[in-house]
Amino acid sequence: MPELDTVLYHRPESLEEHPFHFCPGCGHGIVLRLVAEVVDELKIRERAICVASIGCSVNSYHYFNFDGLESAHGRAPAVATAIKRCHPHLIPFTYQGDGDLAAIGTAEIVHACARGENITTVFVNNAIYGMTGGQMAPTTLVDMYSTSTPEGRRPSLSGYPIRVCEMLSTLEGPAYIARVSVHSPAAVRKAKQAIKLAFRAQLAELGMSLVEVLSPCPVNWRVEPVKALEWLAEHLIPHYPPGEYKVTEAVAALKKETTRA
Amino acid sequence: MSNRTLMAGNIAIAEGAILAGCQAYFGYPITPQNELLEHMSKRMPEEGRVFVQTESELAAINMVYGAAAVGCRAMTSTSSPGFSLQQEGISYMSGAELPSVIVNVMRGGPGLGNIGGAQGDYFQSIKGGGHGDYRVISLAPSSVQEMMDLTMLAFELADKYRNPVVLLPDGFLGQAMEPVVMREPVTELPDKPWAITGASGRPKNIINSFDMEPANFQPRVELLLQKFERIRQNEARYEGYNLDDASLVIVAYGSASRAALTAMKTARQEGLPVGLFRPISLFPFPCEALSNLTRRANDFLVAEMSSGQFIEDVKLVVGLDKRVELVNQYGGVTLFAEDILEAIEKMIKQPAGR
Repeated sequence: MPELDTVLYHRPESLEEHPFHFCPGCGHGIVLRLVAEVVDELKIRERAICVASIGCSVNSYHYFNFDGLESAHGRAPAVATAIKRCHPHLIPFTYQGDGDLAAIGTAEIVHACARGENITTVFVNNAIYGMTGGQMAPTTLVDMYSTSTPEGRRPSLSGYPIRVCEMLSTLEGPAYIARVSVHSPAAVRKAKQAIKLAFRAQLAELGMSLVEVLSPCPVNWRVEPVKALEWLAEHLIPHYPPGEYKVTEAVAALKKETTRA
Repeated sequence: MSNRTLMAGNIAIAEGAILAGCQAYFGYPITPQNELLEHMSKRMPEEGRVFVQTESELAAINMVYGAAAVGCRAMTSTSSPGFSLQQEGISYMSGAELPSVIVNVMRGGPGLGNIGGAQGDYFQSIKGGGHGDYRVISLAPSSVQEMMDLTMLAFELADKYRNPVVLLPDGFLGQAMEPVVMREPVTELPDKPWAITGASGRPKNIINSFDMEPANFQPRVELLLQKFERIRQNEARYEGYNLDDASLVIVAYGSASRAALTAMKTARQEGLPVGLFRPISLFPFPCEALSNLTRRANDFLVAEMSSGQFIEDVKLVVGLDKRVELVNQYGGVTLFAEDILEAIEKMIKQPAGR
């Protein structure tokens, strides 16, 4: 039996005591905490740089207890590229939503991947524009309601959702691309493993690593928080299957090391 | 002299940047500045510094933002259409107080325009260009030597004021070849304790231009405005030629000032009392020096390679009781000394208000 004063679960050192501004049931808080846990476990807090983006992720540098900066909408991969090229000992990661990464920032993420920049991207996909109030995102599903697709997303009018991991995994530059989810405790554990491997790939200088995290947005999906988790499993996961989309041999070897250790 | 080298303007900028300690260059090909990017692709790796050819001017300016944020001297170069794309990043860098150097080798516009030299980006550079309340220091070289010297100055001013600095030559100067006296390299770069270099042994640093609460954001803008005022007070630069006895003053910068200088010399040979006032800094505009000329001179002739942008600032400074006329070309067409001389003679033959 552990003593009463034994701490079993605590705030990661890399996470500030700063209240999250997110809506009830939002997944961002989980993802930010996972990143903070990984940064602690890899002992890279003094080298980590949070490259925040625009949208609900805009304040992320306030939540982390390490250096961070704002980047213009969609441009985080360009900013992180420069940080890593100028100071290779730093560990920059971008923290981007689907509007930021898959719409306005499509060119920047594609070319950071194509160049194989040795940076990490945490891509939170909730299939909607959160901060601006629920408009159609590049990842909004066909027939899904948004405030700018009031009759549901119609492909004839608004095209089709983008599968980012599948698209980027066709490029040679990325070392590791995976999609995970945070809709259940089991999924959260897997998400953390993927985020950790992505950072380890950067530490081993293996090239670009990207983890897409499917995440609930109950307010803009207009469902209750618990229902949102069910909705994610029923609707987002079939269209955006979790899994590893790109694992280079070097990353596979790195992953084996973990399993043995 | 052994240290004089024949050099094109675009190359002089590149070498000036290297001498100034530029640690990172990011750029996207666009004429008429391609030689600059190509030169940097060879020279920066030679020096062990960062070079990235980017996917767009947007990516380039945002890489400059990232490099500046980690404390490096960083630069991009482009030409007019690319400069339009970079306004986003310039606004962010001014808001986040990040030092950087942006070279805009101006060409004919609007739109795609053409690749002839022009000065049509005057408003965009001097009056803002991007969104919000900010200014960028803008320097206008008029020789290949100045392309090098003002590039070096640009890095110094960027760090001094933690603000973007724009170097604003035109396509003619970019391509022109002249002898250049090589300068000594800058060996000591300023400390940047605000940079994000990893929160090791200090509290974390954050770089942003954002505050959701307007009442909190306004004081930040206020600090910027105070800084721009200090820049106005301290950094106005210009050169004057034959101003002591001039009753007609040509006001011109960059390539247009080269043609104006030739026109002035010819006019002097004809016995006409003509001088030339050449702003080197466009922001800050050398208001006081130009205003002082109104004590003697009543006629001002503005020579510019744009459609009447620069003349607006000259008119603001010299006032309504002076005659201010325009001689110009635009759309990438060259302004020649003959055009300016003709305008001088016309002004002198037709005295003001008669």
